[in-house]
Amino acid sequence: MLVLRDISYKVGNKTILNNISLEVSNADFLIITGPNGSGKSTLAKIIMGIIKPTTGRILYNGKDITNLDVTERAKLGVSYAFQQPVNIKGLRARDLIEAAVGAPIGDTSAGKYLKAVGLNPVEYLDRELDNSLSGGEKKRIEIASVLARNAELTVFDEPEAGIDLWSFSDLLKVLKKQQAKGKTQIVISHQERIINAGNKLIVLKNGAIDG
Amino acid sequence: MVEFSEIEKRILRETIDFYEIPEGAYNFRINGKSVAKKSTANIDVMLKPNGKGLEIRVRPGTKNESVHIPVVISASGMREVVENDFYIGKGAEVLIIAGCGIYNCGGESSRHDGIHRLYVEKGAHVKYIEKHFGFGERLSKKDINPTTEVFAEPDSLVEMELEQLKGVSSTIRITSAELKDNAKLIIKERLFTHGRQTAESKIKAVLIGKDSTVDISSRAVAQDYSVQNFSSNIIGEGECRGHSECDAIIMDHARVTALPSLTANSLDAELIHEAAIGKIAGEQITKLMSLGLTRAEAESKIINGFLK
Ligand SMILES: Nc1ncnc2c1ncn2[C@@H]1O[C@H](COP(=O)(O)OP(=O)(O)OP(=O)(O)O)[C@@H](O)[C@H]1O
Ligand SMILES: [Mg+2]
Repeated sequence: MLVLRDISYKVGNKTILNNISLEVSNADFLIITGPNGSGKSTLAKIIMGIIKPTTGRILYNGKDITNLDVTERAKLGVSYAFQQPVNIKGLRARDLIEAAVGAPIGDTSAGKYLKAVGLNPVEYLDRELDNSLSGGEKKRIEIASVLARNAELTVFDEPEAGIDLWSFSDLLKVLKKQQAKGKTQIVISHQERIINAGNKLIVLKNGAIDG
Repeated sequence: MVEFSEIEKRILRETIDFYEIPEGAYNFRINGKSVAKKSTANIDVMLKPNGKGLEIRVRPGTKNESVHIPVVISASGMREVVENDFYIGKGAEVLIIAGCGIYNCGGESSRHDGIHRLYVEKGAHVKYIEKHFGFGERLSKKDINPTTEVFAEPDSLVEMELEQLKGVSSTIRITSAELKDNAKLIIKERLFTHGRQTAESKIKAVLIGKDSTVDISSRAVAQDYSVQNFSSNIIGEGECRGHSECDAIIMDHARVTALPSLTANSLDAELIHEAAIGKIAGEQITKLMSLGLTRAEAESKIINGFLK
């Protein structure tokens, strides 16, 4: 469903990604791992359309989406859970989830997504997306917003970061449930238990696929 | 009962959330005249002899009552200065809803200058909500200049929500307060300007009494070529706490100035000011776009949330 063909990304004369080609099939659970700075998040942003590759093409369900912007890709069913969730002052968790669903929703439906990531809706629906949230809470709300998209393809960028050990198995459950629903997932991770849950693995090193 | 025109109804909806004549005390001032007025057993609403404002007295111990005092200007070229004095008795709890809206389509400028003085007795609790709004021909001037003075006696609590979200061409807002022992003032201000509008907001709080507190939060969005100036001045005379936070989003060719000032006249005054001005962070827009919003939808979602 997703094909990357010879993707390179350069900033000035620095090569961040070098000739990446890969194919992701429907319902794949692809793991991307590799050292810090190897280009994993950059690749994720290229898939979402947040940055444009210097060269190469991206095909999604057979369609060339290289020149589509972020919104257009989102509407086609691509979704991305940020490595570092952004603060949006004044916006509440419920607003983010509602934006993701794309229609007004009630407390119960919005709360469902928070519950899925182990947050009590009563406590968190009206919390603002600012620094009053802990790192782990932000991360969970970020994942909840992406689940609310119900997208065909989701890239999770280090979903385990900041999430404590107890909830770690819950996170794994969330990912496996998505997989069971036939969703396609690309999960960037350094965590062995997540890596083992995937059906495909690539290792990035210095902006290129290793091996 | 009075009949309001569609324009007046629209202004009343935007400023005091009007759908029917409210319960409690009120005075509706339309084009310089009081067209509907009501006192209650606990709240006296009196017109000043000179016709230029109200004297409102809330009896001590009053609980859970409200007074609505909307001002509407729909006649082009109308200019007025109104002085309203509020006397809030000991231990009273009252909600004051003051709003002002101007409709102007004519060539002359319309302008309302409102001076509100709140004398808040010991232990009283006042919630004061003020919304300003303008509409009509874009180039017709619609100016609203509120001055609000608060005198807070010991143990009183004053919460103010000040909002100007649409259509006011120029405003100079002056808010000042004096707080005695254990009095608390919370100010939440929301300002939005666009086009070539200008807005200036000056807030001054003098913390006279022991354990008096002020908390000011101002959020502003300036679009197009609009210009905003914000200044806050907190003066701590003794053991007290003051906090002011000014956050502005700047867009297009707008200009924003934030001038915080803190004066501690005592070792025990704890005063903090935070100010930030910046454009909408690209990452915020990207995040919302990745949820399927267009860039414009993302921007307006961010602005609306910020001004809530
Ligand atoms: N705009 C940029 N300008 C210069 N260097 C950049 C830019 N964007 C990314 N880089 C560099 O590209 C490399 C890859 O960054 P990326 O964020 O993709 O790494 P990562 O594999 O996700 O790392 P981590 O495991 O720490 O999240 C890093 O060395 C980073 O500093
Ligand atoms: Mg990364």
